[in-house]
Formats: sequence, C-alpha cells, structure tokens
Amino acid sequence: MMLRFVILLLALVVLPAQAAPEIQHWETDNGLRVYFVPAPELDMVDIRLVFDAGSARDGEQPGIAQMTNALLDSGAGSWDADTIAERFESVGAQFGAGALRDMAWVSLRSLTDPEWFEPAFSTFIKVVEAPRFPARDFKRARKQAFVALRQQAQDPGEIASKAFYEALYGDHPYASPTIGTEESLKALQRDDLVAFHQRYYVARNGVLALVGNLDRLQAEALAERIAAGLPTGEAAPDLPPVPELTEGRTITIPFPSEQAHVFMGQPGMQRGDDDYFALYFGNHVLGGSGFTSRLMKEVRVKRGLSYSVYSYFLPMAENGPFLMGLQTRTDQAGEAVDVARETIAGFVAEGPTRDEYRASLANITGGFPLRVASNSDIVQYLSMIGFYGLPLDYLDRFNARVEAVSLEDIKDAFQRRVDTERMITVIVGGPEAG
Amino acid sequence: MRRNAMLAGLLALALVAPAVSAATQPEPCNTPECTSNAAFADTHEFMLRNGMKVIVKEDHRAPVVVQQVWYKVGSSYEHGGITGISHVLEHMMFKGTSRFPNGTFSEIIAEQGGRENAFTSRDYTAYYQVLAADRLEIAMRLEADRMRNLLMKEDDFQRERAVVQEERRLRTEDNPSALTYERFQATAYLNSPYGDPVIGWMEDLESLTLDDLKAWYRRWYAPNNATLVVVGDVDPDEVLHLARRYYGRIEAGEVEPPKPRPEVPQHGERRITVKAPAELPYVLLGYKVPVVMTAEEAWEPYALEVLAGILDGGSSARLSRNLVREREIVASAGAGYNAAARLQGLLMLDGTPAPGHDRAEVEKALREEVEKLRTRPVTAEELERVKAQVVAQEIYQRDSIQHQAMTLGALETVGLGWRLAADYAERIRAVTPEQVQAVAQKYLIADHLTVAHLDPQPIDPANPPSNFQGHLR
Repeated sequence: MMLRFVILLLALVVLPAQAAPEIQHWETDNGLRVYFVPAPELDMVDIRLVFDAGSARDGEQPGIAQMTNALLDSGAGSWDADTIAERFESVGAQFGAGALRDMAWVSLRSLTDPEWFEPAFSTFIKVVEAPRFPARDFKRARKQAFVALRQQAQDPGEIASKAFYEALYGDHPYASPTIGTEESLKALQRDDLVAFHQRYYVARNGVLALVGNLDRLQAEALAERIAAGLPTGEAAPDLPPVPELTEGRTITIPFPSEQAHVFMGQPGMQRGDDDYFALYFGNHVLGGSGFTSRLMKEVRVKRGLSYSVYSYFLPMAENGPFLMGLQTRTDQAGEAVDVARETIAGFVAEGPTRDEYRASLANITGGFPLRVASNSDIVQYLSMIGFYGLPLDYLDRFNARVEAVSLEDIKDAFQRRVDTERMITVIVGGPEAG
Repeated sequence: MRRNAMLAGLLALALVAPAVSAATQPEPCNTPECTSNAAFADTHEFMLRNGMKVIVKEDHRAPVVVQQVWYKVGSSYEHGGITGISHVLEHMMFKGTSRFPNGTFSEIIAEQGGRENAFTSRDYTAYYQVLAADRLEIAMRLEADRMRNLLMKEDDFQRERAVVQEERRLRTEDNPSALTYERFQATAYLNSPYGDPVIGWMEDLESLTLDDLKAWYRRWYAPNNATLVVVGDVDPDEVLHLARRYYGRIEAGEVEPPKPRPEVPQHGERRITVKAPAELPYVLLGYKVPVVMTAEEAWEPYALEVLAGILDGGSSARLSRNLVREREIVASAGAGYNAAARLQGLLMLDGTPAPGHDRAEVEKALREEVEKLRTRPVTAEELERVKAQVVAQEIYQRDSIQHQAMTLGALETVGLGWRLAADYAERIRAVTPEQVQAVAQKYLIADHLTVAHLDPQPIDPANPPSNFQGHLR
C-alpha cells in the first residue's frame, strides 16, 4: 500500500499545467453566435451548426423535429439527395446531422485545401439555406421512421428508455417521443416540416462552432457565408420548468428477453445549474467513473449481476434526467434493483468517503487534458458552451470549480436534489412483473 | 454496416458496456506519398531483447498519451469447448496481482486522471490507458506487472464469468440481428475459427474453468507475443527507456503459433433461417474472399476494399443510392470487408426491408448489385470518390491518438506489420475499374455465398423462444 500512497501524493503535488483552448466568440450581424478555436496542426476543419430545434419543440407533432433534421440533405437548391451526397463524398468530406431533445445540428468535417473545401462547404451552405424537403424523400423518411419504431419495439433497452422519459416528464416537452408515434407520423405533412424549418433553423436560434486550420479572418468569412443563408428569425422561447416527481413509481413491461433492462431516476439538473459541479462530482463517485464507481463495485464486481451499470446526470436546458441503468438476467431483476436503490440511497445519506472524494477529484482534474485533446472534442464543447450560454472561460475554470466543491457540498447537494423514494423505476423483460 | 477501412470487422468486446488554407501554412498534403508519409512520419520501432516490439508515434498536438499492449491471441486462436476464453481472460486481467491486488489497477489509473479499457477481437486482445502525457510511467509499470503476475482466484472468476454471460445476453441473445449474425458466421465457416463468436458460445462459458484460464494465460501472455504501442506527446527515446525498465525485465516465453486452420473450399451456396422474437426481418450475405495475409495476388484485397466502398462508402454509394432512394426496397443496407484480418474473410452485405417489401426482395436486390459489379466496370467517378475518402480519412484520423494507435497495433498484431498503414492509400489509389470487376467475377459467385434470413417471430412475453432453457421464472 506504500506505493499507492506515494503515487496518490505525487498526483496531488504535481498538478499539470492545464492549457484549455482559447475560445474566440462573436455574433454575426443577423445574430448567429459564433465560437472559434484555431487548430493549425492538421489541414482540416470541423464545423457544427446547432439550433434550438430538438424534439422539445415537437409540440403537438411528435417526430417533427427529428424528421425535419433528417431530411435537410435530401434536396437543396437545385440538387437532389444523390447530388448532395456526391458533392460531399467526392472530396472526402463528412456531412452529419442529428437531433436530440434540446439541440438539432448539422456538421461538416473537411480538408481545408481549397480544392477539397470549397465544394464541400458550398454544398453545406446550400443544405442549410435552402432545403427543399422533396415530397418523395419525405414519404420515404416517414416509412423509415415507421421502421425505426419497429426497431425500437424489438429492443428491450429502447423500450425501457422511452417508457422512462415518458413517465419522468409527463406533459413536459421532454417527454415527446423523438421518433414520433404511428399516429403522429401518419398525420405529418411535408408543409409542416417546411414550417418547422422556417421557424427554428434561423440565425437568432443558432450557434456556430468552428475548429480547424483557419485564422480569425477566415473563420469570420465562413461564419458570414453561413449566416447569410439564414433568416434572422427569433430565438425559440424558454421551455417550461420540469415539475418534481411527487411519488415513486415502478413500471414493468413484460418482454421475451433473457435480460431485464432497468432505468431508475428522476428529473436532475440543468446546464449552468448552481449545483452542477457538486452533483457532477458526486455522480462521478456514485456511478460515473466506470470501474471504480460505487454502483459498479456493488452490482458488478461484488455480485456479478450486470455487465454494464452506471449513473449520470444529463444536464439540459431544463432539468434533464438523473438516472441509473443496468441490465441483468430476468430472474435477478428484483435483486439488482434493490442493490442499486440501496447504493444510491446510501450515497445520498452518507455522501462520499474521504478516499472516494480524493480519488474522484484526482481523476476529474487530472483527466482534464483528455477532454480537449482532439478537434472533434473541442468543437463539441464549443457547441455546448454556445448553446447553453456558458461563460467563455468554462473550460479554463473547470478544474478550479471542481476543486472548490467540498465533500460536504456533495452530500448537501445530493440530499437536496436526489430522493430514491420519489424515483421512476422502469423494468423491461421477463414474462411478468419483475 | 460499412466500417472504417483497415479496422472493419473489429467485433471488439470491451471490458465496460468524429478553402481556405492560410498563406503561411505548408503545401497541402494531398498526394498519396505526402499524405501517408506525413501520417506515419514520427513513428519509431524498437525491439526489446525479450522479443517485445515497441512502436512509438509522436503527436504533440495535446499533452496526452495512449499506451496500448496488444497480445497475439483472440477468438481465432481458440477451439470448440473453450470458445470465449480470450475474452474472459481479458476480464480477469483486471482482478489483480500480488503487487497490485484486485481493483488497484483501475484505482491507480483513475487517480492519475486516466481512462482505460480493453477489448478482445478474433485476432487480438488489447489493453489501453489514455492519460496526461507525464503519467505514462505508472501505466507501464502496472501493465507490465499483469503480463505475467496475474493471480486469478476462483470467486473472482465465478463472478466475472457471470458478468460475461450478462454481456452475451445483452449483445446477442436479446438482439435478433446480432443473433442472426452469429449463426451466419457459424454457417459461413465450416472449420475456420472465425465461425465461433468472440464472446464464446453460452455453453462453453458455462463449462469454463479457472485452470483453463490459467493455462491460456501462461500460453499466450508473454512479451515476445505482445506489441507495445504508444502514441502522443512523448519522446521516443524516453518511451524506449521506460519500456526497457518495465517490460524489458520480463522473460520471453515459449509461444507456439496456433494451428493454421484455413477454411475448406466452399462447394455451393449455404442458406439458414433464424427465427427469433423480432419486429423486423433482416438479411445477411457473405462471399468468401482473401485478405492481405492470404491473397495470392497482392492487389486483390485492395480491389475488394474499393468494391466495398463503391457499395457502401457513404450516402452517395450504390446501396444507399439504388436500394434506399431509387428503388425504396430497403430501409437500410450496408456492405463490409476487412482486408486486415489474420485469416480468410467475407465480403458481407446486409439489408432490412422497407415497409411493403420482404426479405426475399432484399436478398434479390443485394445479389443484383453484386451482379452489376461482375458485369460492368465501376465508373471513374465512383473510384475517385472512394480514393478521395481514403486520402481525407488519413488526415482526419490524425485528430485521434487512439485511432492512430489502433491502426498500428492491429496491423502489427495480425502479422501485416504497422508499416502497411503508410502504403495503404497508395495501394488503394492504384486500383483500377478492371481490377474491381475482376475480383467481383472471381470471388462474388453463388457457390461461395452464405445467406442468412432473420424470420421475425411474435414478441410475446408469455411465449419465450425455446433457447431460454428455464432462465425465466
């Protein structure tokens, strides 16, 4: 044990110099917020354009946010889906698009050599500024959404996740099923997507993140070209706050699988939350640190009940979930749920031990360079910082904010915010109630 | 299904459940020589006296480093009765030595701010840690210690075997398309070890013993059967110095290579149907094809890589264009091939029918796409697109130290040598439309084809499939 003590001591004494990337920020004339980090070592660029256009904006039309996003590259200007795909791929560029609950985005990874970059970027601009939502592609996308629903219906983990979000969020926009439902998809019209796009894919509702071999002037020029393709528009309104759960509830869904999939949780925290660092740090100990977490030790290492067991807070614009997840042979579901619940409750009651506190502090702060080691990591951080309006020095101050959290702070935050008596537990799998 | 060139078909099982150049910049690096040389410049190779190869690649963009130790053992080294043993051993490697007892390895790496994991595939087992660059030494000390000093106790083994069985249920038993894929592999390969799943058959996991594991560990875990790969903000001479200090002390072992076990020639099409609770039908096709390690003609595997890219190299490739968008027969379809496997492999295609279409149509449509490759040369535009993607990908992958390390380690461990990575783009660029047609005509023939259909059964919790064997209560 001497060796281990010495190593821990060294880790506390020799704090590495953290160089967080310097973030440059400005707004275009029509209100698109831009975040830029130059990265001259590789001849490539990552562009990520994010809008407040996730499924929280579905309203009465579940699935519309995701479908609008999925169809952006199916036709733009005079180009059809085939042409658009060719224009990206013939220069080795990677176009991406996606939608979650808060955000919807389009992204481009390209070489920066003009012969490679210009065809990719001009195509990207066109997709952003003038998507056509062709009727045939819309009908096909709807059929693919039906297939996605059926894919979900044969996957006990997906069934559990969907049931969990619906039970957690009730009538709140975060409950909207991201793929949609059979009924909502049938009712959807192409014009609805056009209207959705016109409302939400606008400059004042967007954030642009740029990382790559560009200087400031070049980044400004890129941002101008993107912004020029967007109407000024308006930011999406704030989402309503998420109501707390008033009581605990268990939902069991039978399924002919060998394993039961379990989610247990409650509304958690938001980006910029006052308790963010205390809850993040505490969760790291409880279930966020992989092999060394309490949940891993109790459920997997000690009892062999599950291959994968974890907990996390998903901070969103309003309170995203706090959840624990695991999967286990169906006849063990009861035991696994009990062990997980006791582990969480024990953590809430006692907080971390001194050793756990020190170990997690060392891992989080010592691991900081890993977070910002690649362009890909950095562009995602920029998107997140921009979208949620976090300060530009968020990364610079990250370690200091973690270090400022005391063991008592963690215990206090968990006791105020986490209550195992008022959690939703979803168990999918087995022939009858688990 | 299309996976990255050179790492396609990884089938890795991890231990725990991606204009404008400024005037002052150097010439853009877009010729194959320039790209490959730049991508693999700053790569140094050393050999320790005990036979362990050390590969160090410098990447000073960020103060981070990845250490990987790759063992030349995986599921393709196993045989019936002990399938899955390499992967279980990978799990056991975290259970402690006398110097660093159970759990200490992970605790120390975590305290150093590191991330760690491991993975087992058909052709290798690898262990890695990613840390701040100045923390490499402790990771080496720990990794070197468990190469020969693993304790392995009965109660840890019993629990870890249970964990692996849960992993199998998660990945295969409860995943109808994965289940189909597993049965497909077992049908496509009659005697090759590629026919066995990396995670092992459940029955073999049941009968595995601690003695089996100890023997497997002694047999394969030796420095002369391992490669150390380090990529990051490091000095190669310092890395060598550390490697000598920690790994260099370990005695070489007597490692006999595995039996060759080449797959017997296929003399006719094979077909299976898998019935499992599912919503969606699924179709898998696989043609027997050579890989770089087995090819008689050196250019053939590269032509097959290009062929796979023509079919499924993105949204503009043939399967998306023809089957998803034009004919609307499939909701999704893919193609895949791994040129860098250790043993002969498959060119695979898969598809899920679109609403209103069935699996027979999907199979027919996939076979028609194959037939087109046999009867007509691919276009110059398609070829150029595949080549452009390879050139660009070589630059993109330099954004990730882990991706770079994986490429080096995988190539070295299957016996191709890491230097092949520097030649790869050039060999792809040399492929002609005639060559793509030639490999299609030579290999993509019905007599060398295996087909699997997933026939969805009702999802009825009251009526579980017969393979449950009483696990439900």
